[in-house]
Parts: sequence; structure tokens; C-alpha cells
Amino acid sequence: MNPLTVSNVTLSFGGLKALSEVTLSVEPGLITSIIGPNGAGKTSLLNCISGFYHPGRGDIHYGDRRLTHASPHQVSNLGIARAFQNLELFSGMTVLDNLLMARHQSLKYNVFQAFLFVGKTSRVEAENRRYVEEIIDFMELEPYRKSAVGNLSYGVQKRVEVARALTLGPELLLLDEPMAGMNIEEKEDMVRFIMDIQNERHVTVVLVEHDLGVVMDISNRIFVLDFGKLIGSGTPDEVARNPQVIEAYIGEE
Amino acid sequence: MDDQTQLLDLTIPQLLRWRVRRSPDKVAMREKDFGVWNCYTWQQYYEFVGKIALGLERIGVAANDKVALIGDNIPEMLFMAVGVQALGAISAGIYQTSLPEEIADLISYMDVSFVFCDDQEQVDKLVEIRDRVPTVRRVIYEDPRGMRGYRQDDWFLPITDLYALGDEAVAENADRFETLIDRGKPDDVCHLCLTSGTTGLSKGSMMTHRNYINMGIQISSVDTLEETDEYVSFLPFAWIGEQMNSFGVAMAAGITINFPEAVETAMDDLAEIGPHFMFGAPRIYETIRSQIWLKIDESYWLNRFLYGKFITVGERAAQYRMAGRPLPPGLGLIAWLGKMMIFRPLINQIGLLRLRRAYTGGAALGPDLFTFYQAIGVNLKQIYGQTEITGIAYMHRDGDVKPDTVGKPLPETECRISEDGEILSRSPSVCQGYYKLPDKSDDLFADGNWLRSGDAGYIDENGHLVVIDRISDVMHNDRGEMFSPQFLENKLKFSPYVKEAVIFGDKRAFVSTLINVDPIVVGKWAEDRGISFTTFMDLSQKKEVADLIYQQIVDFNMNIEKPHFRIHRFAILYKLLDVDDGELTKTGKIRRKFVREKYQDLYDALYDTGIEQKAVKAQFQYQDGQTADVETTIRFYTMEGAA
Repeated sequence: MNPLTVSNVTLSFGGLKALSEVTLSVEPGLITSIIGPNGAGKTSLLNCISGFYHPGRGDIHYGDRRLTHASPHQVSNLGIARAFQNLELFSGMTVLDNLLMARHQSLKYNVFQAFLFVGKTSRVEAENRRYVEEIIDFMELEPYRKSAVGNLSYGVQKRVEVARALTLGPELLLLDEPMAGMNIEEKEDMVRFIMDIQNERHVTVVLVEHDLGVVMDISNRIFVLDFGKLIGSGTPDEVARNPQVIEAYIGEE
Repeated sequence: MDDQTQLLDLTIPQLLRWRVRRSPDKVAMREKDFGVWNCYTWQQYYEFVGKIALGLERIGVAANDKVALIGDNIPEMLFMAVGVQALGAISAGIYQTSLPEEIADLISYMDVSFVFCDDQEQVDKLVEIRDRVPTVRRVIYEDPRGMRGYRQDDWFLPITDLYALGDEAVAENADRFETLIDRGKPDDVCHLCLTSGTTGLSKGSMMTHRNYINMGIQISSVDTLEETDEYVSFLPFAWIGEQMNSFGVAMAAGITINFPEAVETAMDDLAEIGPHFMFGAPRIYETIRSQIWLKIDESYWLNRFLYGKFITVGERAAQYRMAGRPLPPGLGLIAWLGKMMIFRPLINQIGLLRLRRAYTGGAALGPDLFTFYQAIGVNLKQIYGQTEITGIAYMHRDGDVKPDTVGKPLPETECRISEDGEILSRSPSVCQGYYKLPDKSDDLFADGNWLRSGDAGYIDENGHLVVIDRISDVMHNDRGEMFSPQFLENKLKFSPYVKEAVIFGDKRAFVSTLINVDPIVVGKWAEDRGISFTTFMDLSQKKEVADLIYQQIVDFNMNIEKPHFRIHRFAILYKLLDVDDGELTKTGKIRRKFVREKYQDLYDALYDTGIEQKAVKAQFQYQDGQTADVETTIRFYTMEGAA
């Protein structure tokens, strides 16, 4: 597994600097959280990593591959998957179909083979289904397998969103506010899922999250952004003691 | 049928071997995993049991050791149970919903030395009580998820390692398993089955191989089962009803047991399998009926129209069928039309189309529910029995279903009513007493070997047994008139809006009740009428909901048999009665004394006719252990002209 390094990344929209000179590194196998007040640039940073935005200056590397100008599907092919804050699912399709669909990149057959659906095609589809079923089992989505995503509760939809990212078999998973809008019980479940993703599936996790209690509990390392600048980093304890971080969150006394 | 009686001389593992010799490639179990139904044949079943038995022997399980099984129903649970029994050791089921402290108490009471858990949830409970259970030598688990932290600890053993040990042992001595099985005697104790624990800590009934196998044979002699029949296993394994099926019926009749994918998917899996018979507590049948009502309610007009028209026809036809009388031709034709047009498609959707018989037991079920199921074409029958008699002693026969009775004794079962009105039974399925509780075991039997039930009852003119209530639960008002609270509660629960009711009135002037409204049905009802609500507490205290319940009780009072049964005052409780809060037993019965003490304030107010409302403080415990105090006002309603 590879480290992800972000060095001196600056992203501007006209005169507004969403990110300025951000440098951080994500070590393999850990849960790394990025926190900060609203508008701090957290999602922008994830967008730069996943190829939706390209930074004006600076570089992003995953191992020795340069991601700075890569497109989203190239990033995804490197084993970096993302679960979106605003669910990016087909709400009229079932959970199962959403997950099968997410893996279309790894299905290697042509239109003609798909039409006949024999030999390689049906074998590949069977393997695909098996993989998706493992994820369904892992994310405990069995009761919802055949329900249309749009009919499910928000908490379950969030779980499907994470499952969709997992079906890509990522090495690195970017989670954008997976717990926003959830009740306590759903949050507890999600925390357990994230820890299991790290421990059982050996996936590196980058977490953007507002719930500081959760972040402090499960993160190995934390980076704090404020107005596009990195203002603190370290273990949860170090970050909690950092005066600049306290100021950004609570304001000056 | 002549080869059935020879089975009585076998132990459960020996019967398994007999099955393997008879039909090795017949599917014995099916489990849904990763979205696919996977099969185990009798041969594979036997091999897994062999591996487990020899593996357990390697880690030190000896004859008469107790092995506790905690978890959801999975094939491994049965492999483990029968494997334990093959060694001459004793399996013991513990409810998977038990709290860690309860598990600790049960483990020390039953001298458990090995524990099998299905997943991390159960293993974590054992970790929590590890200091309190020094007798436990190893904890075996099935699902390795979340167990990484425990791999280094020798106390825990994944089932795959146990299989590996078993494979080694098989390689060394292939005949060892057979030798072990041959040592068993049918009258050896093979399982400790927990009683429901309505009063205090559960007791472990000592069940023998013969108890289970006799039950399987007798049930299938009354209601014939084919080897191709399907059964869905969704009752808790620790309950006698599930063991009766998985040890007794399945092995004696050779049917297939199907294990749902997860507890939450049980009803969907049921629809996929389409079982030929099912057992359940009344609660399950109530839930299914609520679902049907809700679905009909949400369906389009033609379905609603047809359902409304034909359900009354179905109910009339059901009366004939239950009594075993032929239908008048006109009614027969319309009933057939209703069956083809609406009821068959309806029950097909819930997976009950192939069902020949559905049994209900564990608690009383309202006549309404019987008529309802019989009307839609599900042959629902009452059974009656107790843990100590391996589940069933009495059962309705086809074409002789009387909703207010529990039917006739099974073959080989004798019935008698004692002078105090208590139901006594005798059969080869009666257990050997309670584990380590000789005093209580002596109390269990009257006049030597008659098993006491603790229930008051009588035998009616047709030879059917009628159960009134627990002898200890029957109440008298202050004029000495007798009534059964459970009977009244069940009557009240005929209303779809009432989920649970607790009746009071012992040594009081009148009967009163605390009501739990049904969150789904009443929630839908409120939604349809544009009544907004947030939580269950909010919903339960709405004026409109109270009016609705008031009307239900007016109907109840009008139809009730005796004037002193009428409800005079009621209040709607702000929370659902729950197993975790100790208000219900594991099988869903009300713990009346506990409820009364917990809600003493409300009880007092029910009997103080001057009080119309009262502020109460409730404490809620969230799953993470945090508690919150909530204040609400409970209103009390007096029925006009009921007293």
C-alpha cells in the first residue's frame, strides 16, 4: 500500500483561495481525519485528491504516481474510492443494482459478449455478484438488497454510499462526512463499519467529518484546516491541545 | 410407520447416522449466505458434526461437560449441539438477547465449561464477564469479523481451528466418531433447556435424547410430514420450540431446515422458501396480520374492495372448516372464488401458500386471529405444552380447530385435571427435572410422575383442553369475582391499534388497564388523518389517539362475557413495554408484578377516580449508556357506565 502525499497544494476560484499551500501525508493502514469549520476547504481537498479539481499549484502523489492532473476514473483505477457527502446513488435502482453498477469499470467484456451472455461474460458477472454480496454482508445491507435506494432511510442510504465505494475494492477510501444527518445509533454503527474497513479489509481511510467526538475516538492522525490553510496536525490528543485549533473552533476568549 | 418406533431407541447423534444411511444425499439444511441458498446434505451434516465432536474432544470436552450455545440460528449451532451430544456432553442454549450479567449467572448455575458464540456481539459479552465465569475454559466463535484483537488470546478459538483439530483426529482414527456415538443411551441427558423465567432466574430442564425424538415422532404421526417438506428456522434456538423442531421433528421426519440470512431478513427468506409448516409465538402471527392489513390498506381500490368482500365470506367458510363440517354449496363456490382471486395471491406474497399447517404456542391467541388465518387459507392451529414436556402436549387436529381450546393430547400423552383445577400431563417426553434444583424438581411432579403445568384448565365435552390462565395469575376483584387478566388482555389486543395491554384489578373495585398503542398501525392511522407527531411518546399522548382507544374499549366492554370484566379506567403508556427493560419475558409475556411496581404511580392514579392527569418523569437509556430524563403528562380516562 502506498502513502498519499499532498505537497503545497493551492486551489483558487477566481480571487478566492479554497486551499493555500496545504501539505499533508496520509500513511497507509491508518484512519486519517481532516477537520475544520464550514468552508475550511475539506471537501475541496478531497476533490483535488479524487481528480474532480486540479490544483493551481503544488502536487499530489499516491506512491510514486502523480495525481495532480489525473481524471477521476484514473484515480479510481489506482485504488482510490470515494463516498460522497451528498449521496451519489441511482435512487430508482435497487441497492444490489447500484453496487453491481459501481463495478462496471472492472468488467472486461464487449457489447457483443454482453449480448450473448455466455462463457466469460456470465462468469465475470457471477464473480462480480459474489464480490458485491461480500460487501453487502460486510455493510449488513442484506435486508435492503432488493429495495430501491430512494425508499430507504437516510442512514441506510449513507451505508449504501459507503458500500458503493467499497465495491471498487479500494486501497484508499475517501469518506466525506459519512455521519452527517444520522442519529446516535446510526452513527455508532457507522463508526464500527469504518473501524472494520480499516482492520478487516485493510483499507486506508481518509475521513472528513464534523462530529468531533467520533473523529477524536477513531482517528490515528488528524489534520485541521481553516480558511484553506493547514493550522494543525498530529494525534487526536495533540490536536485537542493545539491553541490554534481551539481558537478556530471556539473563537478567541 | 412401523420403522418410527425403532427410532425411540436411538440418541440424537445415532438418529443422524441413521438418516445418513437412509438418504445421504438428501438436503438436510439450507443457509442463505451472500445472497445464495447453500445446501448441506445429511452426509455433510454428519461429517461436520464428526469434525466438531473430535475437535472438541481434543480441546478437552469430556462426557457430562456443559457447553453453552449463544447466537442466532446457523447450521454451525446444530453441528455444535449434536457434536457435543455425540461426546456424551450436554449442550445448553442461552438466549442471544441475554444481558452479560444474566449470561454470567446462567453459566455459573449450569457449570458451563465451554461456550460457542456466533459472532463478536456475543463474544464481547463473555469478555465483559470473564472474571465471573472461571469455569469457562474456551470460547469458540463462528464469525471471525471484528475478532482480530482476540486472535492472540488462547481463551478464544475460531471454529475453523476446531474443524482443523477435528480433521487431524479423523485422519488419525477414522472410527473414533462412530465409537463415541455408539456409547450414547437414549435416556441420557443431552441438553439443558431454559424455562422462560417468568419468575426469577431461568431453570435448566434436563432433556434426554428420547424426549426430543419422541416429540418428533408424535408430532409427525398426527400431522404427516414428507421428507421433501421445508421448515424455516427463525425462533430462538434456546427456546424449546426450536429444539423440538431441529432435534426432534427434523431428524425423525427428515425434513429440511432453512436458516435465514439474518434476523432482519427472516420474513423475506420465509417468502423465498415457502415452508410447509411453521411454529411461532402469537406475536409473530400478530405481526404478519398487521403487515397484511397495512399492505391491503396501501393497495389500490380493487384489491381493497375484493379483500373487504371476501374476508367475511372466508370467515364464514372458516367456521365450517374448523369444525370439520362440509360447506354449503353456495358458500363453497364464493369462498373458492375468494381463495383464487385474492387470498391465494395474498398468502403467496408472504410465503405461506405451500403451508399446510401453522402452529402457535407459548401464549394464548385470540379467536379472531384463528378465524382470520383460517379465512385467508392458512391452517393455523393451537398447541399447548411447556418446556418440561419438550414443547407440545396438546394440539388441534385438522378439521377440529376450536379457537378457545388447545386441542387434544398427542399420542402417548395422558392428561388429567387435579383437584385444584391444575392441568397435569404424562408422556415419554417429560424431562428429568431441573438441573441442580432437586427441590424444584420434586415440586414439578404431582402424585409421582404427573407433570404439573401451573395452569388452571378443564377438559370440555369434546375432549379438548381449555386453558384458563396461570393458577397464580388468576385475579379476584374486591367482591371475590374471578377474572383472568391475560384473557382480558388478549381480548383487548384483538384491536389492531392495541399492541400490548396490562390489566389490573386484583382485590380492587373494578378492572383498569395500561395500554401500549401499536406504533405502526396507529402511526399510519395518525398520518392518514394529518395528525402530526414526533416520537412514540408524543403519538401515545395525542388526544385523538386516546379517543380512538376509548372507542376500542367501548366495543370491548360491549362484547365482553361478564359485567365484572369491563374496563372502567385506562391510560396510554408513553413507552413500549420491552424485554430489555425487564417488562416482558424473553418469549414476550408481561411480567405483571414488575410492571406494576415500575409504574406504581400510574397504578395508584388508575384507582383514584379523581385524577384526570399526572405529570411523570421517565428516564430513557440510549444504547451508548447515556440517559435522558423526559417529562410528559399522562391522562387517565374513565369509561362511561362501565363500573
